[in-house]
Amino acid sequence: MLHMTPSILKNFFSKSATRLYPVEVREPFEHSRGALEIRLEDCIFCGTCMRKCPSKCITVDKNAGTWDMDPFACVYCGICVDNCPTHCLYQAREYRPPEAEKSHVFLQGEPPKKKSKKKQASGEEEVSGQEGEDQNGGDET
Amino acid sequence: MAPTVIPFGPQHPVLPEPLHLQITVVDEVVSEVLPKLGFVHRGLENLVLKRDIHQMVQVVERVCGICSCIHAHTYCMAIEELMDVQVPPRADYLRIIWGELHRMHSHLLWLGLLADAFGFESLFMQCWKIREKVMDIQEATSGNRVIVSVNVVGGVRRELTPEQCTWILETLEEVEKELLEIKQVFIDDFSVQKRTRGVGILSREEAYESGAVGPTLRGSGVAQDVRQSGYGAYSELDFEPVTEPDGDSYSRAKVRFREVLQSIDLVRQGISRLPQGESRVKVKGWPEGEAISRTEQPRGELMYYIKADGSKHLERMRIRTPTFANIPGMLKMLPGVDLANVPVAVLSIDPCISCTER
Repeated sequence: MLHMTPSILKNFFSKSATRLYPVEVREPFEHSRGALEIRLEDCIFCGTCMRKCPSKCITVDKNAGTWDMDPFACVYCGICVDNCPTHCLYQAREYRPPEAEKSHVFLQGEPPKKKSKKKQASGEEEVSGQEGEDQNGGDET
Repeated sequence: MAPTVIPFGPQHPVLPEPLHLQITVVDEVVSEVLPKLGFVHRGLENLVLKRDIHQMVQVVERVCGICSCIHAHTYCMAIEELMDVQVPPRADYLRIIWGELHRMHSHLLWLGLLADAFGFESLFMQCWKIREKVMDIQEATSGNRVIVSVNVVGGVRRELTPEQCTWILETLEEVEKELLEIKQVFIDDFSVQKRTRGVGILSREEAYESGAVGPTLRGSGVAQDVRQSGYGAYSELDFEPVTEPDGDSYSRAKVRFREVLQSIDLVRQGISRLPQGESRVKVKGWPEGEAISRTEQPRGELMYYIKADGSKHLERMRIRTPTFANIPGMLKMLPGVDLANVPVAVLSIDPCISCTER
């Protein structure tokens, strides 16, 4: 037991090793992989994220212009972010807060016009007011 | 007294994961052990039929949380061998740096759990306090604490900047200093020795014959480590397998303790020799053929067998994890152990049941 005594004494007179969470919260690291977010106005609904996602949590409908994601299936790997051609997907530094009921992120944007994708991307900013998180009670799988 | 059968697990305070042992005891001394596995089988190997080869990297990372990086590394090595992909030297180094960080945090977690198993709570807290520094390095460099998810087929997804390298070296200096402070406790302390010395003895011959791997094998005096085969960047780094001759729980604890220090040294070597250049190459096409790759996980040898038919899905994948190989050794070491010492002996092989059952 004597070998442990110096460490014990040191711990008595040093700062606590833990934080008083949630009063004291540490800033997340700069490149933390947190909640998946999207700038819908830049999205071209190509569906790359849907195809690359290992957990199949994203569904993109090009014709309807919808992007939806099951946050409870997302594994925060960031593969979709790496592969997004327009870099409209990004990961916040914080995780999603815990929820008591299952929710679904359902975003409606403007479907891309077939002729010019660039024009469509700028036009979509006007409808960005629609993008809110629609909390459907767990009717998804 | 007549033999009594006692169920040990799957829910037991000392076990972080579900392993059931049917223990026959005579006068509180174990005479026979029957293991029962399969409580957390998830069928991850079968997912190769539903996920393509690139998505499988994220799946195999989730076979085992503690050594996720090394699982992905092994899988990527097998795929790269099939597709003739030459990984850039920088990626090889980055992979082993993250791999050694994983070994460090896994062994520190285990040392804490061992201290907890023999009732030394303050030592348990000290180990996990030190481990937290390693977890911070992982989170800051890769984005996640445990499932670092840095490996991809063809290289790594994340980079280490020179500032991060300096910070890692500084943090590891602190980790080493704090580890050396508790080294005396693990090596010399009377109560630690009382609970671990002579518990669960596995002789050199028994360990070799039962196919034990990793620290369980090295704790019995066999200097065998897959890293000696020189996969990744290990062929360019200097290290010797850590061995201890006694074959008891105390030996295995010492092996793991010394391996943490060895890993710190390997990370330092890796960072000092880190080559410049690309860390990822583009991979095109789909693999065809069969491949086997082996790496050294914190718990021992990990082996992946992969069979591909040229489509984007693999035909078959088989994972042989170290705990699976160590269970016969554990069954040999348990007879003769006091019932009260069974938790320490079981824990001494560092069982990872999630790995074993996948």
